[in-house]
Amino acid sequence: MTSDGRTTNVSPYGELVDRLSRVASARRTDLTHTPHGGLQVPAMRTAPFLTLLSPKWLMARARAVSAERGRGARWAILGVVGIVFWGVAFGLLYRVLRYFAGVEEIGALLAGKLLGLLLLSFAAILLLSNIIAALSSFFLARDLDLLVSSPTDWLPLYGSRLFETALHSSWMVVLLAFPMLSAYGLAFHGGFLYIAAAVAGFLPFLIIPAALGSAITLVLVNVFPARRARDILSVIGVLAAAGLVVLFRLIRPEQLARPEGFRSLVEFISVLRGSSSPFLPSDWLQRLLMGSLTGGGDPLPLYLLWTTAAGLVVLGALLHWRLYSIGFTRAQEGAQRFAREGSGTRLVRNVLSPLGTLRRELVLKELRVFFRDSTQWSQLILLAVLVVVYVVNIRYLPLTGDGMTFFIVNIIPFLNLALSGFVLASIAARFLFPAVSLEGRTWWLLRSSPMSMRDLLWAKFWTGTLPLLALAVGIVAVTNVLLQVSPFMFAVSVGTITLMTFAIAGLAIGFGTMYPQFESENAAQIPTSFGGLLFMMTAIGLIGVVLVLEARPIYAWLGARSAGENLAPGDLVAGLAAAAGVCLLATFIPLRIAQRRLDAIER
Amino acid sequence: MIQLQQLTKNYGTFTAVDALDLSVPAGQLFGFLGPNGAGKTTTLRMIAGILRPTAGRIRIGGIDIVERPNEAKARLGFIPDRPFIYEKLTGMEFLRFVAGLYGQQGAQVEHRGRELLALFDLEDWRDELVESYSHGMRQKLIISGAFVHRPDVIVVDEPMVGLDPKAARTLKDLFREYVRRGHTIMMSTHTLEVAQTLCDRIAIIRRGRIAAAGTMDELRRHAEDGAEGLEDIFLRLTGETAARDLVEVLDA
Repeated sequence: MTSDGRTTNVSPYGELVDRLSRVASARRTDLTHTPHGGLQVPAMRTAPFLTLLSPKWLMARARAVSAERGRGARWAILGVVGIVFWGVAFGLLYRVLRYFAGVEEIGALLAGKLLGLLLLSFAAILLLSNIIAALSSFFLARDLDLLVSSPTDWLPLYGSRLFETALHSSWMVVLLAFPMLSAYGLAFHGGFLYIAAAVAGFLPFLIIPAALGSAITLVLVNVFPARRARDILSVIGVLAAAGLVVLFRLIRPEQLARPEGFRSLVEFISVLRGSSSPFLPSDWLQRLLMGSLTGGGDPLPLYLLWTTAAGLVVLGALLHWRLYSIGFTRAQEGAQRFAREGSGTRLVRNVLSPLGTLRRELVLKELRVFFRDSTQWSQLILLAVLVVVYVVNIRYLPLTGDGMTFFIVNIIPFLNLALSGFVLASIAARFLFPAVSLEGRTWWLLRSSPMSMRDLLWAKFWTGTLPLLALAVGIVAVTNVLLQVSPFMFAVSVGTITLMTFAIAGLAIGFGTMYPQFESENAAQIPTSFGGLLFMMTAIGLIGVVLVLEARPIYAWLGARSAGENLAPGDLVAGLAAAAGVCLLATFIPLRIAQRRLDAIER
Repeated sequence: MIQLQQLTKNYGTFTAVDALDLSVPAGQLFGFLGPNGAGKTTTLRMIAGILRPTAGRIRIGGIDIVERPNEAKARLGFIPDRPFIYEKLTGMEFLRFVAGLYGQQGAQVEHRGRELLALFDLEDWRDELVESYSHGMRQKLIISGAFVHRPDVIVVDEPMVGLDPKAARTLKDLFREYVRRGHTIMMSTHTLEVAQTLCDRIAIIRRGRIAAAGTMDELRRHAEDGAEGLEDIFLRLTGETAARDLVEVLDA
């Protein structure tokens, strides 16, 4: 705090400048003598790589040690929610894997195939998020002017930015991988060798997409002017979506669920045993892990992972050496752009005019800021990829043939709700959760104007919720049509996803306001905060509770119907009403808390 | 027009503003001076309704800003010391947005916006995103934003930072004319020459308390022993006369 009482973060960059200049002067004065005749000892021997990372580390440490109210409770909540989340993920996968482990001959092969699919999804997500994160950390971050103007070698700069990019892009995958890998280890009685293989294999698995993604971004920024970052990312997104869909279709996972489709068991086993993508790191990691679990012990995948990671880092470093300064210069050109009010804006303005001047201007501002910020909207591409993959895979689900009863066909859309809910929660984490944090720098303007915080929340909530709702209903309706569900399940799932969307949006705005990141420089990094994590876990918890409340009565109703019996609708109505009640509470309570919190924020 | 009564702001155990009493009548340009960390910005941000006072009252045109915040804020325009605004809006869009926050729209806002941008030589940048503006241009845009809804009172923190000489002159003329029309400005500044030539009355704040307040003549009398310029008065009243040995500092 300054002496006038304003809370200011003493910039760690001041210290960084000092340390960098000391490093520079240390180099010049190595093994020289001081004016007093003593041997000149360089002031700092810390590796420049660590020096470059130090502001981030110092800021994180400052946040961690700040005497914030309720920190203990925060960590306790995080601990409990985290353990529950991990427990559920672990429990579900463990049960599936135990079942696989009990199936002779093909059990381990099935488990391996499932692992391959999961790892392939991780690899795709990692690559895309690294490409996007690299654009921010290598070209758009605010501290780059300082670093580029300092006497820092290109290599530590590359290394530190690569590390940051990898960290921001990978932490969620690591969190998800932990229960997954534990379930595999326990289900197949993996020992020390498995743990060692998991750690040694997962690290290069994270490095490869980081180095590759950063290199792709670097080349693209050099090929296209950076002011067209939007177009570049669209191209990447579309290509990635197409690539992913093609990959998933090549794997043909639905075949595995239908052994009867194969001419013989031998053919089925040969498909399971065969590698669907032998040149992908996910395949190498899968072979390494399954090898360590089933006693294969082939070290080749580990060599492949590490040599590829090392090779890509070296290649990335060379590219950085040759192309970074050109790319960085081009990135500075991206700032200037005209934006004149066109007929589209006038139309939106007219459509919004019934809202009144204040709310209309707030909504217009939200839309403009969002669609003009490539670091914001580009993530839509990532989400579009997920949605496309999801819908395409629903399209190819084997819904006819042996074992596909009326019950299974109707219960799948119900599970579909859980996955759609998860997709919605991810979207809300990316777009709604940071909404309040993004007002940090302009808080003075909003706070000094005669506007109630209720209006601000209203604008944030509706501009985020309506597109989310359209997407949610769209996904569920399209997948339901593809699944050919009964009108009853159609109505229940559309109703549920509508209420769930409001609840998830309410939670996102609520948590985003309760745990704001006003100082964050990058909107994409805001969801990776503690509050973002808490939101994701609460949202997943909500989805779970809603589905559990609905599952039992729907299960009974469907069972009775397929048996041709009549069932009183009491249970069904009670279950659906309880689920609706939970959703409404999850919508209004966080918004209420958020409003109080906004009224109290001082900065 | 602006009344502060026993205004206090504590941050934990630290008192940033300590029982401040001040009254600024309508039609006056009031200067608020003090060393770094004296509590100027905290006071101005409380008057603008951004920070909540720990104790005391703030009235804008007789309206208590804590009890009826929106009514009081409707009469205010605030210009902060750091020009943080929406990077992805154009200059004109920003002005429209600010007017919208005050419930104003339409041809009048468009007209005023264009006039203000022209006044500060920003008309060619009207449709360009703020992210391409220089520091000074952003400051000019924020100043335009404070005037676009025609408030009765302007609260301004360090208005001259980053402005080129022409814009600084324009702003001084604008402030004088605005006050001449019966409006009120409360301004903090470190540019003593600006305060001396522009302000009707000046308060010097030190460690959260008013050290002296009045016209230039009253301040001269207060400082006694023949201090003439505002710089001398300021240094005497704030006890900042003991300059460090520069040679020692530079050799350190």
